[in-house]
Amino acid sequence: MKRKNLITLGIVTTLLAGLLTGCAGKAAEDADGKAAKAIEITNVSYDPTRELYEAYNVEFAKYWKEKTDQEVTVTQSHGGSGKQARSVIEGNEADVVTLALGYDITAIEEAGLIEAGWQSEFGNNSAPYTSTIVFLVRKGNPKQLTDWDDLVAGGVGIITPNPKTSGGARWNYLAAWAYADKAFGHDQDQILEFMKKLYQNVLVLDSGARGATTTFVENGQGDVLLAWENEAYLSMKEYPGEYEIVTPGISILAEPPVAIVDSVVDDRGTREVATAYLEYLYSDVGQRIAGENYYRPSNKTIAEEFKDVFNLELELATIDDELFGGWDKAQAAHFDDGGTFDRIYDGETQE
Amino acid sequence: MRRSRKKQVIPGFGISMGVTLTLLSLIVLIPMASLVINASSMGFSTFWETVTDKRVLAGYYVSLLCALTAAVVNAVFGVILAWVLVRYDFPFKRFLDGLIELPFALPTAVAGIALTNLYSDKGMLGHFLGQLGIKVAYTRIGIIIAMVFIGIPFVVRTIQPVLEDMDSQYEEAADVLGAGRARIFFRIIFPEIRPALLTGFGLALARALGEYGSVVFIAGNMPFKTEIAPLLIMGKLEQFDYHGANAIALVMLAFAFLILFAINSLQIYYNKFTKQ
Repeated sequence: MKRKNLITLGIVTTLLAGLLTGCAGKAAEDADGKAAKAIEITNVSYDPTRELYEAYNVEFAKYWKEKTDQEVTVTQSHGGSGKQARSVIEGNEADVVTLALGYDITAIEEAGLIEAGWQSEFGNNSAPYTSTIVFLVRKGNPKQLTDWDDLVAGGVGIITPNPKTSGGARWNYLAAWAYADKAFGHDQDQILEFMKKLYQNVLVLDSGARGATTTFVENGQGDVLLAWENEAYLSMKEYPGEYEIVTPGISILAEPPVAIVDSVVDDRGTREVATAYLEYLYSDVGQRIAGENYYRPSNKTIAEEFKDVFNLELELATIDDELFGGWDKAQAAHFDDGGTFDRIYDGETQE
Repeated sequence: MRRSRKKQVIPGFGISMGVTLTLLSLIVLIPMASLVINASSMGFSTFWETVTDKRVLAGYYVSLLCALTAAVVNAVFGVILAWVLVRYDFPFKRFLDGLIELPFALPTAVAGIALTNLYSDKGMLGHFLGQLGIKVAYTRIGIIIAMVFIGIPFVVRTIQPVLEDMDSQYEEAADVLGAGRARIFFRIIFPEIRPALLTGFGLALARALGEYGSVVFIAGNMPFKTEIAPLLIMGKLEQFDYHGANAIALVMLAFAFLILFAINSLQIYYNKFTKQ
């Protein structure tokens, strides 16, 4: 009886395995058959770049066809930055990643998929475009919010995502921190006190940046949304006349970096096209597409063309400033368990 | 060999058991075991520290409290819904019956966004409730509503067949013998549907405990107030802290197991009790 069971189990397992490998084999064949003529690459990105890459991929395909006479299709994937990084680590075959934080790309590097030194592989710390954190307020700015210190006043409702689960929210947090550091002359206790007050005014901590936008825009919660500049402009475009953008006195230079996933491109033989894909982001065409989608072009001359859109005079702290000391340090000091963000919500001040 | 073959009257035991074991291993047992193995590699003191962190404890509390409340609400309304659908005839009955399954089919994130939109203080229902001083979205009540939504089909669909198969002769007999309506319900009908109700309650509870997609949108996710345990797991993953996420997941799994175990025990107890 037992032996018979075992035999049956063996047969079933073999059949299943055969079925699975059979399918896989067929899929591989299809891909090879096409590869001779056209080429396909996958760009794993984060949420707010959807519109940007939609436009860019069309332009890049044109450029690549002209240059090499080869058809290229770019498959896009969007989601929360951390989630996307994890999917790449766990085997999602991305040729290039274009994420919200260097921290997420470093995680892929640590998993052995990206070679060290990716951050200097392309210009401007491998960030072809930058962004910053601004305030999106309701029309007429009824609460008269002009800078960070207005946000801690009583009765102001803030919407920002949770820095524990959202890459974008970490920029928000650090932008506020940069303000407090300047305002209180590096006094840790006072900075923490300010941050505590700020987060006490937060009504909803969504899990991602798009969720926070929905809460503010669709569900009408809060007086101010701390948002990526490009997200704020998209909301303005979608609901003309209902919102205003306020640029605070100081914010942070968000540099969403790009990188080639070395192990994947070597495996698939797509290094050349993947490199061209990221390099072309720095071309005048690529830079203008970034600007048109409300990302700040890293090329100064092109950025000048958009000076009516962006406040180029805005004082911007950077993650590599002494204050934060790069992503690894900032992540450990502020967002890992026991960091400053956890201390803000230590439980005693709640309920 | 020969003896055992005689024992099985129905043919095909070998192959069906083989399929069962293979699938169960691939889909349930091996992933569950990997959860335990993964957590055991982190050392007991770190494990304990992670799972008893103040914020994590608050997370379990919110999850358990809301899931329990939602399951109780589902049990009560599930019985009524099933009763109406089985016992009465009315127009659009089939349509209503079909609607019950919608929460199964709808992606939970869509449900979460729709519910939030409806129940936020600017939404259609939330606006009205706000005037009465009740805030639903971004509070624990909101979490419970999302959990009721995803759990209701479990209760209705487990009770419905039992009610349909019930012989009305017993009710008639009780009626003839002079039992009141309440008595008929509690002495005749309720004992019949109790096993199904317990199963439905357990399923709805376990489902609510693990629900993430719809709850995160309506919860507000404020630490210590409306932060559910599954969100803390996601937070850990977002920090690439696989071990920490694993540890909390393991505790949640233990909770779910204990609850289902308790319900099954209760079921067995009642079965014995009624048979004697």
